[in-house]
Amino acid sequence: MSDLFADIEDRGLEYVGASRIEGPLVVVDRVRDVGYDETVEIIDPAGIPRMGRVLDISESHAVVQVLEGTTGLATRTLRARFLGESFRLPVSRQMLGRVFDGLGRPADGGPPALSADRRDVNGMPINPFARRYPREFIQTGLSAIDGMNALVRGQKLPVFSGNGLPHDRVSAQIIRQARLLDEEVEFSIVFAAMGIKHDVAEFFIRNFRESGALSRAVMFFSLADAPSVERLLTPRVALTLAEHLAFDCGQHVLILLTDMTNYCESLREVGTARGEIPGRKGYPGYLYSDLASLYERAGRIENSPGSITQMAILTMPADDISHPVPDLTGYITEGQIVLDRDLFQRGIYPPIAGLPSLSRLMKDGVGKGFTREDHPILASQLFACYAYVKRVRGLADVIGEEELSPLDKQYLKFGEAFEGTFLNQGEYENRSIETTLEMGWDALSVLPKEELHRVSDELLRKHYRSEPGRQAQDQTRLAAQQL
Amino acid sequence: MNVTQRAEPCATRISGPIITATGMSGAQMYEVVQVGELGLVGEVVRIIGDLATIQVYEDTTMLKPGAKVLCTGAPLSVSLGPGLVGNIYDGIQRPLPGIEAKSGAWIRRGEKVEALDNARRWTFEPLAAKGDTVGPGQVIGQVVETPLVTHRIMVPPDVSGSVLSIVGKGDYTLLDPVAVIGTPEGEREVTMLQRWPVRQPRPIRERLRIADPLITGQRIIDTFFPLGKGGAAAIPGGFGTGKTITQHQLAKWSDAEIIVFIGCGERGNEMTEVLREFPELEDPRSGRPLMERTILIANTSNMPVAAREVSIYTGITLAEYYRDMGLSVAVFADSTSRWAEALRELAARLEEMPAEEGFPASLPTRLAQFYERGGAVTTLAGDRASVSIVGAVSPPGGDFSEPVTQHTRRFIRCFWALDTELANARHYPSIHWLRSYSEYAEDVKGWWEGSCPDWEDLRTEALTLLQREERLQQIVKLVGPDVLPDSQRLILFIAEIFKDGFLAQSAFDENDMYCSPEKQVALLRLILTLYHRGRDLIQEGVPLAKVTGMECVSEVLRAKAALSNKELHKVEELAKRLAEEAGELERQYMKGAACYE
Repeated sequence: MSDLFADIEDRGLEYVGASRIEGPLVVVDRVRDVGYDETVEIIDPAGIPRMGRVLDISESHAVVQVLEGTTGLATRTLRARFLGESFRLPVSRQMLGRVFDGLGRPADGGPPALSADRRDVNGMPINPFARRYPREFIQTGLSAIDGMNALVRGQKLPVFSGNGLPHDRVSAQIIRQARLLDEEVEFSIVFAAMGIKHDVAEFFIRNFRESGALSRAVMFFSLADAPSVERLLTPRVALTLAEHLAFDCGQHVLILLTDMTNYCESLREVGTARGEIPGRKGYPGYLYSDLASLYERAGRIENSPGSITQMAILTMPADDISHPVPDLTGYITEGQIVLDRDLFQRGIYPPIAGLPSLSRLMKDGVGKGFTREDHPILASQLFACYAYVKRVRGLADVIGEEELSPLDKQYLKFGEAFEGTFLNQGEYENRSIETTLEMGWDALSVLPKEELHRVSDELLRKHYRSEPGRQAQDQTRLAAQQL
Repeated sequence: MNVTQRAEPCATRISGPIITATGMSGAQMYEVVQVGELGLVGEVVRIIGDLATIQVYEDTTMLKPGAKVLCTGAPLSVSLGPGLVGNIYDGIQRPLPGIEAKSGAWIRRGEKVEALDNARRWTFEPLAAKGDTVGPGQVIGQVVETPLVTHRIMVPPDVSGSVLSIVGKGDYTLLDPVAVIGTPEGEREVTMLQRWPVRQPRPIRERLRIADPLITGQRIIDTFFPLGKGGAAAIPGGFGTGKTITQHQLAKWSDAEIIVFIGCGERGNEMTEVLREFPELEDPRSGRPLMERTILIANTSNMPVAAREVSIYTGITLAEYYRDMGLSVAVFADSTSRWAEALRELAARLEEMPAEEGFPASLPTRLAQFYERGGAVTTLAGDRASVSIVGAVSPPGGDFSEPVTQHTRRFIRCFWALDTELANARHYPSIHWLRSYSEYAEDVKGWWEGSCPDWEDLRTEALTLLQREERLQQIVKLVGPDVLPDSQRLILFIAEIFKDGFLAQSAFDENDMYCSPEKQVALLRLILTLYHRGRDLIQEGVPLAKVTGMECVSEVLRAKAALSNKELHKVEELAKRLAEEAGELERQYMKGAACYE
């Protein structure tokens, strides 16, 4: 097994010439015994093989999608070698600590992964009956997430961001700080970069190195200058390895996919080249199914201790949450963390939007027996009050702050406390869940007791501060000291 | 290419889930075929000459031109018999536990598992005797399928005649003949197992008017926007508005006798949640686990798209089968948009001319066919039964003007519009009270008035208050609430109480998750009493702050969760105390006013 590629070469059937080359597609005529989705090597005039796969196969011809670009290919001279199997990735635990390209080939100068275990990168759907429902709370140390949109192990929670927003810093901080409350388990990290810039990739590598995570991280890079079609395989390659690490090796994997918008654009590019009927904004009609085939590859299964927790980052074009990419993603993932430009411009970090962010699995991972009894109620009350703050702010814009009723003015104060102390924290500030919850009560105590409709009298007695602000100040001081 | 090779049907082109096969001149539309060595299951969707287009329900990776196609001669059918309840199936009725036993946590291609366990023995009890004349759909025996469901064994829809023999009470498998019926065409053996093609509605005797509400225990639905038994409703909402939680709530607490939950193109973990939760939850009426009346169809978003298209039909056929036994059945489809997208995806692969937003022009017809399979009916056996349908719709960007939402509205009579703003404030269920409607309110009025003669008045008054609040809010947005007179600010106040104390309902609070119809009426009356007393007080000159500051107010707000369904008397006590407190306030103020004079 010293040279896997030599092994494959023996199996290949080779054809010379193509009838058509268009965008990333090459049409090879009169092929025999070729299967749908089969892997192809297109050999360019220089003799260098480029990876491709069969998109459409009939008795007369095969449509091949070339993953590494069609530049320099000529219809008469190109050679196509059909490898007799769908795209596979050799997987092994030894890949931790390594860097690969977007197709899973070594990019760090090291040897290819040595493994006889070669997996189809398309994976197989997990049987819903065999899934284990995720419920272990992950403490990320960020109040906006832990307090109000808690992440659980095995969840898929994407970050919806915009250009220029600090999604990289936020996700790096989450990776740095993520831990469980009662278990000392370190996450293995699988990082798939699609179409991002070199300096962003560099930022993550630096971060992994600084936090000592580099040895338990695997990176797959298909950066901005790599052929765009290659990106269609990058998340699949990364997820295939993640599944191996999680469900065969029993590790807890945190996978980061960035940036999904680039992935979807590549998909649109191929769809257009094939002359498919476009759906919304030119994206193919199967975008939902295609994204689902990636996002659903997360979670936990019975009979395996491992888990895959998935964070996909996507930038919303023009900050539009109803754009097809964030929209369809939101329909598949279990919630979303939305970054807000307004908060960011006011200097609040992390600028996690209070209202549109959501964690669907939070309800089963927090509260009594998981975090603390008051957690779900506190979160619900914070949401309700903050929603009202937004309304009061709208009103204040029209009639002026002075004209507001005293109660509404108190709501404005609550809004400031909530954003300024609860949401706002340092990039290296790691808050425990207790700190987060206490700060939540501090913020709520700015409001009169009677306004907290969702909280029972018992919890109010326990947590409502009669001297509002005092503990909040203590916490802020404490936080300042930590910095 | 050699012509003689063409005698046997084989594939000539593969493009994703769509394949073209030749040598198919004998094939029928919608006939089931098996493709390739793995025997991947597919369905014929187009025939031109001896070429047929086949949509395959499984992943076609590495399928090659030349792969053999085996015609089965029958359209896609489901197995009907005892053992369906409590089970979980994929879109083409393969049991997921059986698949797990065979291929582990992952669904391998070409896996074949019988839908029902043919070896299991069920205790059959005959209900017909030798010599009886029986017609289609008539009950000849019964089996206790679960403690909640008595499964009636019926004569198949195409059989009628006299009973030549019938077995005695005892244990039989699904394949053992339990009766022999002499028909004009000859003797027919009847077993406990029937097959029925999914795309064909099962026959009924006649359709009936809808008269009973489907009680869901959800206040905003039962009181304001009720669904009738046999009716059809849609829940549209953008992502994160709580479609799935609302659907789960309905599936849990509806008073239907059978629940069919179709997870169509949605998240895997959501189905796992239902599987984990339903066996533990108790039916509020019988105290038995909810799973004992539930059938799940799970075709999650990452399972093959063609099977997603058919999963809706599989689910509704199972529902119709239980309806034929005289039961009330509720079907929950989450989400019909994913199903419509499957139609779009397949139509695009078939290179059909697209209509609106790429959806095929047949979309409205297909939606109508689906929703019309619901209804209140008299079964062939003469029983009253119903299939109610609730379809979730996931409009892109939460925009209700898109084709699936728009066409769905034409075929349903109950519309529960979910609202992003409410969901953002974590007000659940986020059904918007002004944008939703139910045409069934008229139909089910009679039922409610049986126990609460002024139901319609209460309901209308509450809805009117909420409407007036919306208009007042427009003014408040411009000039602030201070300029409004107290009588109008009272409306704002009462509307808030309605929202927090009545419309919002927690899915996780033990007392609140299911609200009995009696409690709904009691709470509604309580809040309206508060309004009436408040209005009177303000008319007499009591300032608003005194009214809103009454001690009972916070109790009214919390009554929904503080009091259980059995503590209705406490609601009455609260109403009494409210009256006393208001009376006290009135006296105080009159005295004060007198002194001042």
